[in-house]
Amino acid sequence: MAKHHVTTTINGDPVEFLCTPAQTLLDVLRDVLYLTGSKEGCASGDCGACSVMLDGRLVCSCLVLGVEAQGRSIETIEGMAHGDRLHPLQQKFLEHAALQCGVCTPGFLVAAKALLDRNPDPTETEVRYWLAGNLCRCTGYDKIVRAVLDAAAEMRGN
Amino acid sequence: MDYRSPGTVKEAVDLLAAHNGAAHVLAGGTDLLVKLRAGVVAPELVVDLKAIPQLRGIAADANGFRIGAATSCAEIGEHAALAAAWPGVVEALQLIGSTQIQGRASLGGNLCNASPAADSVPALIAAGAVCEVAGPGGERQVPVEKIVTGPGKTSLARGEFVVGFRLPKPRARSGDAYLRLIPRTEMDIAVVGVGVAMTLDAAGVCTHARVGLGAVAPTPLLVEDAAKALIGTRVDAAALAALAAATSAACKPIDDKRGTVAYRIKVAGVLARRTAQTALERARGSTTKATGR
Amino acid sequence: MNDPRTIGLTERKLKIVGTRPLRPDGVDKVTGRAKFGADLHVANMLIGKVLRSPHAHARIRSIDVSKAQALPGVKAVITSADLCDLPSEFIPAGEMMVNYRDMTRNVMAREKALYEGHAVAAVAATNEETAAQALKLIQVDYEVLPHVLDVAKAMEPDAPLLHEEMYTIGVEPKPAKPSNIAKRVEFALGDVAAGFAQADVVVEHEFTTVPVHQGYIEPHACLATVSEDGQAELWCTTQGQFIVRSFCAKLLGMELSKLRVTASEIGGGFGGKTVVYLEPLALALSRKSGHPVKMVMSRQEVFQASGPTSGAKIWVKIGASRAGRITAGEAVLKYQAGAFQGSPVQPGCMCAFAPYDLENVKVVGFDVVVNRPKVAAYRAPGGPIAEFAVESVIDEIAKRLGLDPIELRLKNAAKEGTKAAYGPKFGPIGLVQTLEAARSHANYRVPLKANQGRGVASGFWFNIGGDTCATLNLTEDGTVTLVAGTPDIGGSRASLAMMAAEELGIELEKVRPIIGDTSALGYNFLTGGSRVTFSSGMAVVEAARDMVRQLRERAAKIWEIPLDDVVWEDGCARALGSRSSEIKPLSLADIAKTAGKTGGPIVGNAAINAQGAGPSLATHVVDVEVDPETGKVTILRYLAVQDAGKAVHPSYVEGQMQGGAVQGIGWALNEEYIYDENGRLQNPGFLDYRIPVCSDVPMIDTVIVEVPNPRHPYGVRGVGETPIVPPMAAIANAVESAIGIRFTELPMSPPRVLAAIDAKLASQSKTAA
Repeated sequence: MAKHHVTTTINGDPVEFLCTPAQTLLDVLRDVLYLTGSKEGCASGDCGACSVMLDGRLVCSCLVLGVEAQGRSIETIEGMAHGDRLHPLQQKFLEHAALQCGVCTPGFLVAAKALLDRNPDPTETEVRYWLAGNLCRCTGYDKIVRAVLDAAAEMRGN
Repeated sequence: MDYRSPGTVKEAVDLLAAHNGAAHVLAGGTDLLVKLRAGVVAPELVVDLKAIPQLRGIAADANGFRIGAATSCAEIGEHAALAAAWPGVVEALQLIGSTQIQGRASLGGNLCNASPAADSVPALIAAGAVCEVAGPGGERQVPVEKIVTGPGKTSLARGEFVVGFRLPKPRARSGDAYLRLIPRTEMDIAVVGVGVAMTLDAAGVCTHARVGLGAVAPTPLLVEDAAKALIGTRVDAAALAALAAATSAACKPIDDKRGTVAYRIKVAGVLARRTAQTALERARGSTTKATGR
Repeated sequence: MNDPRTIGLTERKLKIVGTRPLRPDGVDKVTGRAKFGADLHVANMLIGKVLRSPHAHARIRSIDVSKAQALPGVKAVITSADLCDLPSEFIPAGEMMVNYRDMTRNVMAREKALYEGHAVAAVAATNEETAAQALKLIQVDYEVLPHVLDVAKAMEPDAPLLHEEMYTIGVEPKPAKPSNIAKRVEFALGDVAAGFAQADVVVEHEFTTVPVHQGYIEPHACLATVSEDGQAELWCTTQGQFIVRSFCAKLLGMELSKLRVTASEIGGGFGGKTVVYLEPLALALSRKSGHPVKMVMSRQEVFQASGPTSGAKIWVKIGASRAGRITAGEAVLKYQAGAFQGSPVQPGCMCAFAPYDLENVKVVGFDVVVNRPKVAAYRAPGGPIAEFAVESVIDEIAKRLGLDPIELRLKNAAKEGTKAAYGPKFGPIGLVQTLEAARSHANYRVPLKANQGRGVASGFWFNIGGDTCATLNLTEDGTVTLVAGTPDIGGSRASLAMMAAEELGIELEKVRPIIGDTSALGYNFLTGGSRVTFSSGMAVVEAARDMVRQLRERAAKIWEIPLDDVVWEDGCARALGSRSSEIKPLSLADIAKTAGKTGGPIVGNAAINAQGAGPSLATHVVDVEVDPETGKVTILRYLAVQDAGKAVHPSYVEGQMQGGAVQGIGWALNEEYIYDENGRLQNPGFLDYRIPVCSDVPMIDTVIVEVPNPRHPYGVRGVGETPIVPPMAAIANAVESAIGIRFTELPMSPPRVLAAIDAKLASQSKTAA
């Protein structure tokens, strides 16, 4: 099967790649571009470990075809820190011990950032429902939710 | 498998016709990619509809609303006027999957994937939504309840696809609502889903009603007996009980990994009552916040 | 006993242990840089895929791989012929035993396919699509056989037989016919008949649980490279790189030192990654093809073919006096092992009544094979099932006696000196403290409304020690690298570095911990059994004390004073004695700088078999609300109280308590394997295998109790497993309190709950009529 040539933007940088029509954006990120921060937990949109931003929308990259990235703008976990400055969410996750094995963490961070970018002052319930598409088996979610709320407070300047 | 992204309805129709059933349309991809990965479908060609302007966006006019069939649920949910006019439809479509799924999933996909449990469909049925369908034979309008004919099957002819959804402008003193039962609080396919839309007259008597029911039959249902239980009443406890009974009676469910026959029948009645109560509050003018849970 | 390792434990002022610093490996994990099992790519690598049986039970008559082999892009195809057939030999893997004869058959079927998803062949090809195509070209001739999925049915005399040579062990005389019952075990103390005769109240119930999966978010993944001279490197997500080396070397007929196994970061394990599935296959494919081979399981494969824990039938009978003393406890546990023997029924028997001080106990267990994937350890393997049943009956006893459930447990709680039914006398343990802390917690006094209920349950887990090595290397600038051998599954690099820094008296940031591969250290038993903070911690402390002795020796040499006149304090060597005022202390950095001149590199080593792991006891309190019209159970409030001995890093101890509690909530309410009548799994994905999502649970309140374990230099007890033991009973007890219905079957999913509510209403109206 002939490959498609795709031109896109990832974390602000112009990127070109070749992929088959069957390859998902997650396959491309991980196996073509070696951006392995986004994880495959289920390949069916049920776990959120592959979460990325696509044109400003939170999506599961396992449910987007690589060819659909043409002309779009993608943000992954690799673009969340700026130089050596962690995003407040990343910092709060560390402070609150909101990760144990860490495999779900990139997905949670991307999803939480998407929440705070649109709702800077969410309630605990709003956080929990927004993040319902991100599965964690290690933490029981408690410290994750606390970290997100604390990051939101810091970002509001509280 | 190849991929094309046409810019017009005509191009899409031509592509589908050229592949004579071996091509599949793509909107949000949240159902199609799962099927591709599982090997359930293996099309020669995927036709991406998202570059076609008619398939995207929401327009409001004097007659109501028009929603492009490939518009993401996230985008639809942000339309303030639509959420105010049809809170039941909006809360239903916002229950599809997770936030991530919402970023891509569309009404066209949710309907034409033809799962009996699709969340948006009972609410669209209750709202009286009509589909604009395009195909080799031209364009036609189809009430949404006539699209799904069985699990995974639609009444669309080969090469046809849904281009848009029309919702009427709600009458005065109208309200709609959607509730579903799932074992967890999110992420599950509905075990039962109920959409209710009703209109009251100035005296508080119900003059119009529609009830959509999902996940309890091979297709989503328009339950006319359930609507009749409400029309002409003040939607009091007796009417709600009759509604519940009629809804339960309409169920033709199966035992599956998500629920049993007995459970679905019982809960359909319970949800019908609860959904109607929310629709009633909205019809009376309260702004009950959409949750759908 | 004057154990020099624990002298001064309570008087010692700790600077780092007990605080909450940032974990040293954390930045890589929040930036996506950390490499998990599937994150490695190497040049020339092939993709491996497995062909799996579609049948729950079938004889394999033949396998024809010729068409697959001929497909362009396919570089190797393997079947069981490419792995060693091994004789029966049991070895420990974590807290379970594995058998080599069974293991070689589980990773690749030989005579029979014993469950849907059982690996039958595997291919390695230049890309994933070609590998998938190749699988379709392999022709397997199956003779489909009747299958059995249920433990009770499998025990019946005419049940379909999985293994023709299985004669129940532990039964005298040896049975004449083979069966699906691999083993019978028994633990007893005193005289249960006499105990029941003394009881004023006797309650008995039968319980049923179904298999649940560990549910780690990261599927199994590995990358194997075998060189032409037979040396091999394996990168894999695992709880034990040394265990993987042992298993793979055995299955491939390799010498151990030729196989170097590196543990990637691990995306969850909970016991499920203490065994091998893809690793021997990837090695065999690499050996055959001459290329590196990468293999990753899909989520469907994880559910179909990697170990869940057992489903079980449990019968429990408990008798108590009116005063609230339990006079006898009896149980029969029937656990399904999956396709090969080795369910955790034995630890289940041992734990069932362990929280209590009983004179008369008898527990009998059966290990039964069924046509399902072979079970693997799942967090306190065997314990949650048994204790679900016992804690439910204890609750019933409390109700019958009109006693508060915590009160009843306090009257019977095991303490220091209690003899457990499974043998040992307990050292200091903290059950009483957890019960008292639960009782005095604000959660215990929140007023409840209609359809709400509160449930209590306690839990016990043994915890293990085992073979552990650790090395501390002093660099030339006085910083320290720490090499541990137990994969970090929950933040243990932090606690290990903290103990090292505490011992050395230096800042935490000066210690950089890594997890070494199998060539970097002596043998380490795997991460499991809640043993890492205990065992690797003990080894790290010993290595640090070894380093401190060497540092003192170097200072003594430099100062030309006796060794006894040198102490190590606050990260420095200080001189005692007559010249103490004139001698300036030497820091770690000072001594490091001149190490080459004073004797060479300074390395602290430890190679131990850590003994004295202390059990961890817990008490959980949960409030639920039941919707009587839909059967949905909502968790309103959850409190987990647990004895950690000493919480080295309290945040990570809390994390274990919270994570285990939420796994238990899923087990109680929604998780189950659903099979059709052909023995095919209907829900091999996260859509219909329903683990708790973020909105399903509230904050999990925690209280850490510390009853130090005198056998560990910091008093540490393992904490990882106990948290999953109480939740199911606590929730069942809460539901009973809310709606007056005792659930003896898990999960308590909405259809089951509603059916029970409706049945109760129906029988009540019948009685009333």
